[in-house]
Amino acid sequence: MKESSENLNAIDLVNRSLKARYRAEKRFKAYGIAAILFGLACLVILFTDIISKGHSAFLQTEVYLEVTFDSDRLDIDDVSNSAQLMAADYQGIIKAALRERFPDVSGRRDKRTLYSLVSNGAGFSLREMLIDDPSLLGKTVGVWLVADDDIDTYVKSRGDNPEDAFTGRMSDKQIAWVESLMENDQLALNFNTTFFTSGDSREPEQAGILGAVMGSLFTLIVTIVLSFPIGVAAAVYLEEYAPRNRLTDFIEVNINNLAAVPSIIFGLLGLAIFIGFFEMHRSIPLVGGLVLSLMTLPTIIISSRAAIKAVPPSIRDAALGLGASKMQMVLHHVLPLAMPGMLTGAIIGFAQALGETAPLLMIGMVAFIVDIPGGVADPATALPVQIFLWSDSPERAFVERTSAAIMVLLAFLISMNTLAIWLRKRLERRW
Amino acid sequence: MKDNTMNEPTDNVATNIEENAFSGQTVGTPLCDDAKMSMRNVNVFYDTKQAIHDVSLDIGKNEVVAMIGPSGCGKSTFLRCLNRMNDTIESCKVTGDIKLEELDIYHPKQDVVPLRARVGMVFQKPNPFPKSIYDNVAYGPRIHGLVNRKYDLDEIVESSLRRASLWDEVKDRLHSPGTGLSGGQQQRLCIARTIAVSPEVILMDEPCSALDPIATAKIEELIAELSQKFTIAIVTHSMQQAARVSHRTAYFHMGKLVEVNDTKRVFTNPEHELTEAYITGRFG
Amino acid sequence: MDTSMLITSAFVLMAIAFVIGRARSLAIASDLGGPKALNSLPVYYGTLMAMWSGIPCLVLVALWSVVDDYAIAHIITQELPEQVKALPETELNLVLSLITNIAANNAMGLDAEPYVINSANRLIALQQTSNMALTVVCLSTAMILMVLVWLKISPKMKARIKVEKAFTNILLLCASIAIFTTAGIVLSVLFESIRFFQSVPIHEFLFGLEWSPQMAIREDQVGGSGAFGAVPLFVGTMLISAIAMTIAVPAGLMAAIYLSEYARPKVRTTVKPLLEVLAGIPTVVYGFFAALTVAPFIKESGGLFGLDVSSESALAAGLVMGIMIIPFVSSLSDDVINAVPQSLRDGSLGLGATKSETIKQVVIPAALPGIVGGVLLAVSRAIGETMIVVMAAGLAANLTLNPTESVTTVTVQIVTLLVGDQEFNSPKTLSAFALGLVLFTITLALNYIALMVVKKYREQYE
Repeated sequence: MKESSENLNAIDLVNRSLKARYRAEKRFKAYGIAAILFGLACLVILFTDIISKGHSAFLQTEVYLEVTFDSDRLDIDDVSNSAQLMAADYQGIIKAALRERFPDVSGRRDKRTLYSLVSNGAGFSLREMLIDDPSLLGKTVGVWLVADDDIDTYVKSRGDNPEDAFTGRMSDKQIAWVESLMENDQLALNFNTTFFTSGDSREPEQAGILGAVMGSLFTLIVTIVLSFPIGVAAAVYLEEYAPRNRLTDFIEVNINNLAAVPSIIFGLLGLAIFIGFFEMHRSIPLVGGLVLSLMTLPTIIISSRAAIKAVPPSIRDAALGLGASKMQMVLHHVLPLAMPGMLTGAIIGFAQALGETAPLLMIGMVAFIVDIPGGVADPATALPVQIFLWSDSPERAFVERTSAAIMVLLAFLISMNTLAIWLRKRLERRW
Repeated sequence: MKDNTMNEPTDNVATNIEENAFSGQTVGTPLCDDAKMSMRNVNVFYDTKQAIHDVSLDIGKNEVVAMIGPSGCGKSTFLRCLNRMNDTIESCKVTGDIKLEELDIYHPKQDVVPLRARVGMVFQKPNPFPKSIYDNVAYGPRIHGLVNRKYDLDEIVESSLRRASLWDEVKDRLHSPGTGLSGGQQQRLCIARTIAVSPEVILMDEPCSALDPIATAKIEELIAELSQKFTIAIVTHSMQQAARVSHRTAYFHMGKLVEVNDTKRVFTNPEHELTEAYITGRFG
Repeated sequence: MDTSMLITSAFVLMAIAFVIGRARSLAIASDLGGPKALNSLPVYYGTLMAMWSGIPCLVLVALWSVVDDYAIAHIITQELPEQVKALPETELNLVLSLITNIAANNAMGLDAEPYVINSANRLIALQQTSNMALTVVCLSTAMILMVLVWLKISPKMKARIKVEKAFTNILLLCASIAIFTTAGIVLSVLFESIRFFQSVPIHEFLFGLEWSPQMAIREDQVGGSGAFGAVPLFVGTMLISAIAMTIAVPAGLMAAIYLSEYARPKVRTTVKPLLEVLAGIPTVVYGFFAALTVAPFIKESGGLFGLDVSSESALAAGLVMGIMIIPFVSSLSDDVINAVPQSLRDGSLGLGATKSETIKQVVIPAALPGIVGGVLLAVSRAIGETMIVVMAAGLAANLTLNPTESVTTVTVQIVTLLVGDQEFNSPKTLSAFALGLVLFTITLALNYIALMVVKKYREQYE
């Protein structure tokens, strides 16, 4: 009887504690949910912030002007002479067109303010037009010309309400001209092709990401060509050949540690060894690719080893049992079966390399480079570095371009990761 | 003729027996008057696969019931229903009535925490927490708030360890890690940990399968002692063990309860031919 | 022939050698009753020949291109007029680089002294000679080796075994690149650091409280020597890392716990990859976010409470860094939590513990070593993180623990000191390598300890 009363006692005590315990349970669960929501909220905020800042960069304000290809003013007497076509003063005919559009502007200073409505790179598009169609010489045509970045910012921030507009460095006169252009539908937001077809520029409206994208592409090609074969070879060695000895252990320790070494240290390595010791040129994708290869190598080795490990030993036994040599077993059986896994890991590694900035800063890929690189030995920047450079620029128009460049970079990364996931789903074999 | 049968591969024999199959009706005495736990028409499903078919069984107060049967027969699954340990497996669904005295343990409003405080469980592999011996035993009383004073806790720890006949071996190193004990000691520690909460029923899921014969003998002795105070259901793959420790034995086959009888009867004169086939070692 | 042409021709030679070697083995075999008479498959004879003709040639090109610049520079220096040779080393280097520039651009007729022009011409001539020599040596080596192997091919030759041995050695070489990389890192930072410590004593660097690596444009400039006490950088780095960890560790750990212990599979499979997106975002994007969105936001909201928050506050950088590290912590913790055996959970649940009690009192203590290892790795990430702090933290080396002020970090200083035009050999440039050495040592130690702890932990439950 004593037993039962003791038991009753215990269960009563248990029941009495339940309420507090379930409160603790709920609290604990809520912390977990809060942590996840915090992470997801950060993700959402980050993306909305970037997109809301950057989406407008895909459009560019353009001014409609009636431009006369005046052969005197352009100083062209022979349209087939390409030297003349290249050297002509296209900016001059734009200025003339602006004076015509606003005839009441006088005085040197006012005129100069007026000229600054249109980008000083707009002449190049007129040159292209004339080269494409020499018959334009002497004619007057209506063209849309890229506006200056101040005007662009004004128009984009203005929306429908002039009160909201960000005026920045614009003078009242400029604002009045812009408003008048808008009233006459001579100002419009068109798709910003410059952004995708140009290299860097000091002028936001002439700045594009093509140079940086090509730089990234060349860097990535060098990285892929070097790190994938070497990484796979290293993984094969460690999984299939390596004897259990000090050297193997040492290699493994090194790989694991290198995987966690800060990327900037690899930049220092590149600066001291490739540029300092081997005297390679600064700022070229070749060196960038070398540095990023060394950085990506541990990731590729680790994921390739996992893929090789996943190939069941029975396959190896079957190959060896038929009298295949070890090399044949590896090349004919293990590698083809492990390839999807290795590719997946490698693509994720390359996506990381594509987003890497710090080591590229160290080896000088931060120079201001206007030309679009044509090979691995041409000076270049990379897309993330371009983002870094632009984010330092004070012009408001660069903020939206930076965000847009980020959107492009993220688009590349997301497609690479999607490719990796797709590959894994598509080619994965369950044993 | 008999020799002939013996020489055949065992699984062949098993299929033979299955063919003149089991009707579904449990033979023997599955029910009893003084039931601590009573199960009626219990079915267990994993997704669509049925693991337990319509099992009814009583476990009497202070009784030791052994559940035996070939591996995969569902005896462990059934045992884990008794304190709802199957809740941790998402795909697992249980139907039928399982009662602890008057308490319907699968009632939607029934809380598993107080239930498990009343129905404790000892697992196949000794699983002491990575804590000291003392903290292992004190874990249950602490979380359930059974004691307020250190002195009381000390007392519970000592008495539980004594009842698990571990006290003399560990009293000098109560604060060294529980994982440092030998396998048999670890299992007795797990038993001590279970009885520290003063449960009414103790479920044992093959508690000796990972132990050597000497440690097994100690645990078996312990079970006999514990049965004076607790109701015990034990799953075992060793028929000798069932014969030694239990009062009644239940034989499971392919998720069905074939026969329940007094242990002596089951091992000397089984009622069902499947039981006989099993205890004579023709399959298992 | 320039180097790339040479490499291409080496590959072409290898292809030719493969075809010849294979054909040769088949030709020999046909006299003896077909390919079966051969010790190895014909492919192996081809491969063997290709390797012998190609690999020595490529190695030669690599060695040559490293050595020849030094050799030529040495010859040029020897031939300079005596009075020029007597110049101090720095000026001599200037003269040499002038010569190289003139030679590289073919920029004749500049107002350079005649001896410079002479040397430049000599340099061009030497380079051409060296190139010619390399081409001749390389291609003839390849040819000779090819002929030798061709002569040696016989049915008894164990071509397969030789090829496989070479294959294994190439694989070993690839695996050893990890060692070379580590050695390269150690040598490059150590070498320059030692030179730095020759001008700035090591204790002044490690324990000095003032950091201002002044620009020494002219030697007579005031304060041109600069102060190289790195303590403000260490404190700044630790402050930002600490802020990051206070965000990342609780959030990452709780997220991992919720996902692995509570969430239904469907929730887990959607939320986990979403959180991992955070880990895949390049750091430069976080830097931009920190500098243009978070920092102004913190400054403004600080203003609401009357706090004067710097626009480059440690808080902004640390906060964003913390967000970046959340998925890192959560996936590492997820791994270790999943490694805790289910039997421990069962043991606790079987006693009537609630889920959170089981997690708090059994799972976490059991997983603790692994979690600590993961946190150490995360700390090492935070310390080595560069772009976020370069873009969002300041340059001023303030010695403060106030998160609303601007601090600078080791990585920020490395970037600032090494980006842009730099004078080699000045303490300012060299100090970046000393900082790199400190950074490498600390992260290496953290990684090593963390990997050891995690490894021990895994062994415990395997």
